[in-house]
Amino acid sequence: MCKDCGCGIDPDVHTHNGVTHSHPHPHGQEHSHEHPVSSAVEARTVVLQQKILSRNDEQAERNRAWLSEHDVVAVNLISSPGSGKTYLLERTLDGLRSKVPCAVITGDQRTDNDARRLMGRGAPVRQIETINSCHLDAEQVGRLLPEIAGGGVKLLFIENVGNLVCPAAFDLGESFKIALLSTTEGEDKPVKYPTLFSTAPVAVLTKMDLAPYLDWDVASCRAALRQVRPGVFIFELSAKTGIGMDAWLDYLTKLTE
Amino acid sequence: MHELSVAQALIEQVEATATKEHALRVVRVVITVGALSGVDAEAMRSLFPLVAEGTVAADAELVIEQVTVRVRCRECGHEAPAEAELFVGCAACGSKKVELSAGRELNIKSLELEVNER
Repeated sequence: MCKDCGCGIDPDVHTHNGVTHSHPHPHGQEHSHEHPVSSAVEARTVVLQQKILSRNDEQAERNRAWLSEHDVVAVNLISSPGSGKTYLLERTLDGLRSKVPCAVITGDQRTDNDARRLMGRGAPVRQIETINSCHLDAEQVGRLLPEIAGGGVKLLFIENVGNLVCPAAFDLGESFKIALLSTTEGEDKPVKYPTLFSTAPVAVLTKMDLAPYLDWDVASCRAALRQVRPGVFIFELSAKTGIGMDAWLDYLTKLTE
Repeated sequence: MHELSVAQALIEQVEATATKEHALRVVRVVITVGALSGVDAEAMRSLFPLVAEGTVAADAELVIEQVTVRVRCRECGHEAPAEAELFVGCAACGSKKVELSAGRELNIKSLELEVNER
């Protein structure tokens, strides 16, 4: 029923112009008539002061609560594409196998290539294909949690879409973010991408085995990391040669104790 | 480009509020965007009308209040806008123990609606 004129006609087929409205009545009579309705409009300001991403954030909080209830530490790995996230995860899962029950959620625009690489290493793995989106969101992660992170899992790795910009804006419910940066990327990336690097309490410098062949200055990179995130915890490693991996695996193990 | 996700989330909240208030239309949407929110104001300005099309917020004016980065020193309490080089330390006492006090906001501040006079 139209709330203004009380007729039973579908409200979508007649309009109110703010003063009166008219519509044909198909009651067997060919006429229409005007009904006076509320005569004036007024402006009303509604103060909201709420986060635009509150829906994502609310889901992220639900994820956080679920993870806490199930005693799972979740880390959100963010970096440029090609900095070595998947390879580091391969070696990490190998190193923690039978020691720490792990699980992985990995995101890419397309393919399940990363999931395939990570399977068969003792941890359940799920792939999210974002198709057009440049980041993972809390809803995508939330849907997978019960099936992948229950049953005694202590450490969940969320490998975000390779991107130094967008993922930092979307809370997934993780315990904290880990930023990766490889030796083939400029030392000043942290100051160029402060949104990410200032929100990651842990940074991992990857492909350290290549450092001798590059004009790359580790001290300068460490300084940039500390500039945007004072107190950041920095790991320097090569998943390929194994240097620095013991400290990394040791740290991850301690996180779950 | 994630400004699209943000614009969609914004329209959802605007529509929900407009429905709750029985609004005829949305005249203005005021949002605050921090410099470190990860959202580009210009992209939002271009995308908003496209996402608002066909909704109660079609033709609404989008007002963006940009918030600059400010840091607060955990040691001496001094609060100031952050330097261009970002987080170089407290300008008052030199401590590196500074934290962000502003700059990450991404909020709907207010809406101006057109409603029936009651």
